[in-house]
Amino acid sequence: MASIATVLPASATLPRWLAPVALLAVAYLFVPFVGTSYLFEAILLPFLALSLAGVGLNLLTGYAGQVSLGSAAFMAVGAFAAYNFNLRVEGLPLVLSIVLAGFSAAAIGIVFGLPSLRLKGFYLAVSTLAAQFFVQWALTKFGWFSNNSASGVIDAPPLAIAGITFESAADRYLFALTIVTVLTFVALRLVASQTGRNFIAVRDNETAARIIGVPVLRTKLLAFAISSFIIGVAGVLWAFAYLRTVEPAGFNLDRSFQVLFIIIIGGLASIRGAFFGAALIVVFPLVLSRLGAFFLGDIFDSGVLDMSQRIVLGGLIILFLVLEPDGLVALWDRNMRRFGSVFGRR
Amino acid sequence: MSDFDWLFFTEVLVGGLLSGVMYSLVAIGFVLIYKTSGVLNFAQGALLLFAALTFVSLVERGVPFALALAVTFALMVVIGIAIERTVLRPLTNKPPITLFMATLGLSYVMEGAAQLVWGTQVHALELGIEDLPFDVGGVFISQFDIFAAAVAAGMVALLSVFFRYTRVGLAFRAVADDQFAALAVGLRLPWIWATVWATAGLVALVAGLLWGARLGVQFSLSLVVLKALPVLVLGGFDSILGAIVGGLLIGASEKLAEVYLGDYFGGGIESWFAYVAALAFLLIRPSGLFGQKLVERV
Amino acid sequence: MTILSKFKIAALAAGVALTNALPAAHADEQYFPLQSYRVGPYAAGGTGFFGGFIDYLNLINTRDGGVNGVKLTWSEAETQYEVERGVEAYERLKSNPNVAAWNPLSVGIAYAMIDRITADKVPLITINHGRTDSTDGRVFPYVFPLLLNPYSETSGIVNYIASKEGGPESLKGKKIVVLYHGSPYGKETIPIYELLAEKFGFELQQIEVPHPGNEQQSQWLTIRRAKPDYVVLRGWGVMNPVALKTAAKTGFPVDHIIGNVWSNSEEDVIPAGEAAKGYTAITIQASGTEYPVVKEIVSAVYDKGLGNLEDKNRIGSVYHNLGIVNGILNVEAVRIAQEKFGNRTLTGDEVRWGFEHLELDPARVEALGAKNLFHSINVTWDNHEGNGYVTFQQWDGKKWNVVSDWIAPDWALLRPIIEKSSEAYAEEKGIKLRTAEDAEAATN
Repeated sequence: MASIATVLPASATLPRWLAPVALLAVAYLFVPFVGTSYLFEAILLPFLALSLAGVGLNLLTGYAGQVSLGSAAFMAVGAFAAYNFNLRVEGLPLVLSIVLAGFSAAAIGIVFGLPSLRLKGFYLAVSTLAAQFFVQWALTKFGWFSNNSASGVIDAPPLAIAGITFESAADRYLFALTIVTVLTFVALRLVASQTGRNFIAVRDNETAARIIGVPVLRTKLLAFAISSFIIGVAGVLWAFAYLRTVEPAGFNLDRSFQVLFIIIIGGLASIRGAFFGAALIVVFPLVLSRLGAFFLGDIFDSGVLDMSQRIVLGGLIILFLVLEPDGLVALWDRNMRRFGSVFGRR
Repeated sequence: MSDFDWLFFTEVLVGGLLSGVMYSLVAIGFVLIYKTSGVLNFAQGALLLFAALTFVSLVERGVPFALALAVTFALMVVIGIAIERTVLRPLTNKPPITLFMATLGLSYVMEGAAQLVWGTQVHALELGIEDLPFDVGGVFISQFDIFAAAVAAGMVALLSVFFRYTRVGLAFRAVADDQFAALAVGLRLPWIWATVWATAGLVALVAGLLWGARLGVQFSLSLVVLKALPVLVLGGFDSILGAIVGGLLIGASEKLAEVYLGDYFGGGIESWFAYVAALAFLLIRPSGLFGQKLVERV
Repeated sequence: MTILSKFKIAALAAGVALTNALPAAHADEQYFPLQSYRVGPYAAGGTGFFGGFIDYLNLINTRDGGVNGVKLTWSEAETQYEVERGVEAYERLKSNPNVAAWNPLSVGIAYAMIDRITADKVPLITINHGRTDSTDGRVFPYVFPLLLNPYSETSGIVNYIASKEGGPESLKGKKIVVLYHGSPYGKETIPIYELLAEKFGFELQQIEVPHPGNEQQSQWLTIRRAKPDYVVLRGWGVMNPVALKTAAKTGFPVDHIIGNVWSNSEEDVIPAGEAAKGYTAITIQASGTEYPVVKEIVSAVYDKGLGNLEDKNRIGSVYHNLGIVNGILNVEAVRIAQEKFGNRTLTGDEVRWGFEHLELDPARVEALGAKNLFHSINVTWDNHEGNGYVTFQQWDGKKWNVVSDWIAPDWALLRPIIEKSSEAYAEEKGIKLRTAEDAEAATN
């Protein structure tokens, strides 16, 4: 990690916007030219889609304090809505289809967010499972959603915006990167706004929030709506930019847990945390399986190896929660401060 | 509705109630843990799989039934205590959602370990009860389901005796009521937690054997927790009685809905009906049937 | 910073992958990338299928020294049957040289690969399942649902029931219930059953079981009330044993339940115990170890300690034999392509040509030591299924026994429906229909 170390201490003294801008410059101007198809298809595209889903869920769970186990359902709504808008409305620009898909997910999010007005904690979490199972059932049940495709699988349309087609893996990466950048910026603005402070007030103490004049019910539903919008767009990226073909079963409960893992491991109530968490969730199992196959592949057969990886992965999640309950973001900041002070003293 | 088939209705209702007992069995395991440590233990399904897989593998290797049962039980107790030591204790006082995530990680470990030790093969589990229907006035009732209900009733009775009349049981209730007060009067919390996890292991064993006999022992066994969650929502996370009544209600209503309402939705509504039903109920009574009313934050 | 650090990790991983890449790129090798699944809910099927496939490739290498001197190589990547892992495995394995064909044995992964393999010009094999309309080689040049697709499976099952009842006419007035898994897979054949019900005049009721299918009380009570003559089980995973158990519980005779290709393995019946005795299911490959090719695998591979299955008792099981048949078809496609292009390492497109001329008549199948293991196949440039025959096996509590002749599905009846669907797909995706001349040319 030497290169990171040399870039970052500067951020202690330089303006705060410099690091993200530098990062974006690398992501736009460097990565597309050197990345391999494997890097884009297997790592960066799922990373971007999951990061965005993490940003969305973090607004709801991290900032507004409402636990949801239905993220995958909202991703599915987004993916299938974008597919249908694009298919059925002649001449609708792709960007507009994606925005409308976000609004569809937001609408469904509000409906399934209604229980939050009465329920808290695990009761609410388990209730959001209703969204998980209902959406999956509806998308499978009604052939209309998948344009009556016999197999229930939808194929992504060509990604074209204003005449430019994003076809190769690197193109689709740029497409996803742009959407993620825009929405992340919006999310960052949001959490710094009055609405964002209302979210936190509702999370920390509902009664107190009510006393100081925060419209608690409206704030909760707003949190569900905005969060579902972003998660819905993440679903579009998952379906259109990453896999290019999805079926409802691809958005199952495991995916919801995955998004929840991302924000917990990355750090609750931190937009950056979603990116840290997604990076870990995407890359870590790959590294684990490569290292396992590399060092132990000759000794054990692949079945044993894969089951051991599952054990190790679960164990490391627990270990991580024990050692760093505030997430990767906390770990990162602590190390940065240490670097910063070393740098400063010199 | 003159030609309404009451006989068939009864059959669906009875079948549903008996299925509900099976849901309750899994739900009770959740309640035990939640009541004392405030954790929604998602690994309950993996524990159930582990118990059933261990038992059936031992029996297949020629270990006598009773011995296999005893060994598996001992193992579940050890695992329960180990979980308390290695996972729960270091995470004391962490937010409930962190604990929940930790139990998810735990379920990976348990599932991986179970398959690593015993293999990925599927197994049949025969408990020696013929699952043939018998006829009660035209209504077919499954012998196995009756047996399962009896076992469940026996286990609940045992648990209530345990909690009402033994020292550990009383301590358990004290902890469930008020952790700090229990601590203040000198109860040793870790010890009680270990007992509770061991008890949850026992419940997982019983539920694992009964469900394993119904489904076969295989990876999907851990999915039965999804059937237990709406039961918990309906009955309250912290009430054993709620888990039982909730299970019966969910079982009966989902079967009746599938048979009588399913056609209007095109069938297959069981996957979400229980959740929606529980949800609708909660909007009226936010803490469930028997749950304690308390403010909780995540 | 995240992307940077990810980049570094990826570089590290790629480095590991490079040093780990199995086949070194010297001449005359043909490589099979295997997206296997040996862990997770479907591990039992994965170990059987990929075990059988690898065992057959091993047999060809040890017995014949490869295909006409071209050695067969392979490496595995675990998918756990998950689409994203399958895609990752595809991207990882495709960089290896000399790829012959992909065989994921997973509908979801296969779907996600269609665009990718078409761009890369490498065949994708989905033996006995897969996307029905990929049978149409005019639209899907690189996808091969060999021997059976979901529609011909449906037709095969109905033809079998007809033969049991004494001919197609006797289906009239009979009642059949189809119990299907609540997923796109389960629903795929609904219109075909309706079509056949109309054609043969039998009464039809199709009932959905929600995923995962571990509770079926209400469905089977409905069945008991409907009193059908047969129940067709279009199941998946745990749904199958639970269906058989619940059938017994509600008093439905098990020998009147017919399973489809995803309900036909040992893993589907063993958990049901006694309740599965007498259950019958469709298959394209018979079970058992009595076939010469299976015996050779035992003597040339397992007895030398090279066998892939950990548990030797699983040799000759449904998935193991399916893997062996899959191995035969892949190897023969390579051999046929070599006749045209020369005995050397072939490109993916040349292997595609081989698959499109994969004609194995019963005599050739016998010469391969697979008589009665499977019937025959005749793949052409526009028929990528290759008119596979089906047979039916009954479970006796210990093993599967063949109880029917080789039965032909009604290909002519299904072809127009398949073409309608594939042409709609071609239009949606802007694909130009391929001609016989296009198919004859192969890039190298």
